[in-house]
Amino acid sequence: MEMLPGIYRWIHILAGIMWIGLLYYFNFVQVAALKAAQADSTAAGITKHVAPRALFYFRWAAVVTWLAGAALLGANFAAAFTFQPGYEKIGVGAWLGTIMLLNVWGIIWPNQKKILGLVQASDEQKNKARRVAFLASRTNTMLSIPMLFFMVAQTHIAI
Amino acid sequence: MKNPLDSLWGTVISGFILTVVLYYIVKAVAGV
Repeated sequence: MEMLPGIYRWIHILAGIMWIGLLYYFNFVQVAALKAAQADSTAAGITKHVAPRALFYFRWAAVVTWLAGAALLGANFAAAFTFQPGYEKIGVGAWLGTIMLLNVWGIIWPNQKKILGLVQASDEQKNKARRVAFLASRTNTMLSIPMLFFMVAQTHIAI
Repeated sequence: MKNPLDSLWGTVISGFILTVVLYYIVKAVAGV
């Protein structure tokens, strides 16, 4: 039983690498690659074969990361989310991670479904969905930087 | 004004700035 926190941390980091790794893939690689691929009409390779698979692991890794993080907080869950003394740093990290998870499931994924044609949408709706999903994804990339800082800071950076 | 999130490096720089801002907020709240 005393192994459990270590196991939760291990799963949290494993799933977190997949989640944030794929987020960085989308932002650092796929956005620019898609732009270039559209110019030579090869974008379907990415939108049809790569993006749906990447999005599958992306959104479920987000859920596993959050659940493992919540399990790791355990009895300290409420203390972290209400910024009790000694929990301010992990509280900021936990809130940022939670906002990012909500962003994935509440904004990015519903809009990606329109873009990828998994749900019916007009061209105008698809264009709007593209912009919203892009900005939500960029917001998560921005938030990931302080989120990781405060996760690390809880035990490794004195503030 | 251009949205910094339209640029990849604008996004990264915004993330670092937000980290610094939150750092000072947490420092003030934690009262250390």
